[in-house]
Amino acid sequence: MNEPTLRVCALYPDLMNIYADRGNIAVLRARCLWRGLGFELGSAGLGEPLDPDAHDLFYIGGGQDRDQVSVARDMVATKRAALHAAAEREAVVLAVCGGYQLLGHSYQLGADELPGVGLVDLRTVRTPGPRLIGNCAIECDLGTGPRVLAGFENHGGRTYLGAAAQPLGRVLRGHGNNGSDRTEGARRGNVFGTYLHGPLLPKNHWLADRLIELALGVRLAPLEDSLELAAHESARRAAGL
Amino acid sequence: MLLASKLALARAARGGSRRLRRGGTTVPGRVLLRLEPRAIALLGRRLGRGSAVISATNGKTTTAAMIAAIMAHAGVALVHNRAGSNMNWGVATALLDAGHSPAELGLFEVDEAWLAAVARDLEPDVFVLSNLFRDQLDRYGELELLADRWAEVVAERAGRSKFLLNADDPLVADLGRGQAQVTYFGVEDASIASPELQHAADSKRCRNCGAAYAYESAYLAHLGHYRCQSCGRERPRPAVAAERVALHGMTGAEIDLRLREGRLDRLRLPLPGLYNVYNAIAAAAAAVELGASPAAVRAGLEGFAGAFGRVETIAVGGRDLSILLVKNPAGANEVLRTLTLEDGSFDLWLALNDHTADGRDVSWIWDADFELLAGRVHSATCSGTRAEEMALRLKYAGVEAPTAVERDLGRSLDAALAGGDGGALYALPTYTALLELRDLLARRGVAGRWAD
Repeated sequence: MNEPTLRVCALYPDLMNIYADRGNIAVLRARCLWRGLGFELGSAGLGEPLDPDAHDLFYIGGGQDRDQVSVARDMVATKRAALHAAAEREAVVLAVCGGYQLLGHSYQLGADELPGVGLVDLRTVRTPGPRLIGNCAIECDLGTGPRVLAGFENHGGRTYLGAAAQPLGRVLRGHGNNGSDRTEGARRGNVFGTYLHGPLLPKNHWLADRLIELALGVRLAPLEDSLELAAHESARRAAGL
Repeated sequence: MLLASKLALARAARGGSRRLRRGGTTVPGRVLLRLEPRAIALLGRRLGRGSAVISATNGKTTTAAMIAAIMAHAGVALVHNRAGSNMNWGVATALLDAGHSPAELGLFEVDEAWLAAVARDLEPDVFVLSNLFRDQLDRYGELELLADRWAEVVAERAGRSKFLLNADDPLVADLGRGQAQVTYFGVEDASIASPELQHAADSKRCRNCGAAYAYESAYLAHLGHYRCQSCGRERPRPAVAAERVALHGMTGAEIDLRLREGRLDRLRLPLPGLYNVYNAIAAAAAAVELGASPAAVRAGLEGFAGAFGRVETIAVGGRDLSILLVKNPAGANEVLRTLTLEDGSFDLWLALNDHTADGRDVSWIWDADFELLAGRVHSATCSGTRAEEMALRLKYAGVEAPTAVERDLGRSLDAALAGGDGGALYALPTYTALLELRDLLARRGVAGRWAD
């Protein structure tokens, strides 16, 4: 029997990569290959079309402000429809930090407003005040019971969820979406957004596995994960948990 | 044989030279000089902006790296023996890369005993001479003799080169007496002076008449404000001076810097110690002479991350421990690439801390190319506040070596020293882990706290 292949598409990997986002891809890749699953990595950059059916998991990371402006406009112009189609057919979308902000309706930067792709009912604003920086831990449930995600957040924007959105998790330590309502990230079906980098998946191998399961519709056998568990504990400890 | 063919052979030697220390920077230059004894002279002419040499007993590498940092802000392309191989073959190796762009500046640190030989061939436009301390008497001979040889170099190049000299070191300052194109640099803050010369002071007597200098301020060894009580020869007033020096322990220093072109007040130096203040003012003086603006000096020095934590090797427990600072992807990648020049496999000790000075966000280790180490590591030991995450990085990089995890620095270092194959052990600490490591080694009496 042929083992399935996880087909990942990295969005704007040359621009949206400032928090070692490639670590997330590396973990997905290794954990597929170690299980005998296939792994394919594609990408879509500025101006490039996106085929919603060609990939099982779409990833977008964080970028610098100037790059995020170009990416926001391009994403709306060339990839919005494909991302909506992908979400409709329950492909996984994982967006971290800057990429997460672009999932919503808009990102208000002073007088400017960056458009979002509107995949999730949320808005982000940058208000005066310090960036929200630090180790962070949240509790979430992705259908396998309550689990902890640990990571590092560093964002100037404050994200507010609309009535149709649910948070990814509840802040245990750190700031979360806006530093005030104790929510962190957002989820709609298989679309996930979060401010947690560090990168996210190396610190939370269980999430990597869960995303592979959701993307491929499979159940994964466990791996020898003592080091992964220790690294997760280390990130939790750094967050004060 | 044409020069081009000789260069090709020397470059091939560089490609084949796989030893970390000296190998990569020594062999190609030796091959080249064997094939073409005039290589330094011939290749030096390809440097469109000429060249500068830096010599001193202490701080050559750091000073050169600081100048390089400033010149980078000034947009100047460099040919620089940044690896610290500073005898003539090291200069020759660096010159293998000359001529890539039309307006390169040669920047060479030169061993104090090799200054005359290199200067004869290279004919530098600028000399930066910082200090002469007692050092390896078996190799350099007496300090005064070394000073004599430097004086010959200066006499040979008088009228053709510019000299940047440390006013506070009488041995060095004397080199500029009667010379036209001299710029002095020094420290002028009595608040940090010692009441008397330190025991280690070397040059206590006037080079002119032999009488003892009287020190108004003694800053560091025999560096200070001196005056000969007999003939009246005294410290020249420097054009470039640190007028206020605040040393902030291990974290750095802040100085008010006077330049001919203006002042740079509250200039923050990211390196600790008065040694590095001297390195910085030497670098500032040199960079301005080489065309950098005061703004570039500030940017270069305040952003300096260069030579501190460069390759150092210390004998610990019968093994060679090589310490290489890693703290960001770009720097770590250079370190990792250097390691891959080693023959075979080696033992690795990594210490990942997440204190403020390291950056609390340790995600950068996933941007560093630890994949380069795949198949090259004999055994790995991970330490520091985020040891487990470092170990995980190695796992996903495909470094399939036995990996121990021990957050405590001392215990993990002992385990790393005791384990492995007994060959070279490479220590890659982040910044605060490097400080911890140096403290640890200093307490054990195997290393000074600072390399320079």
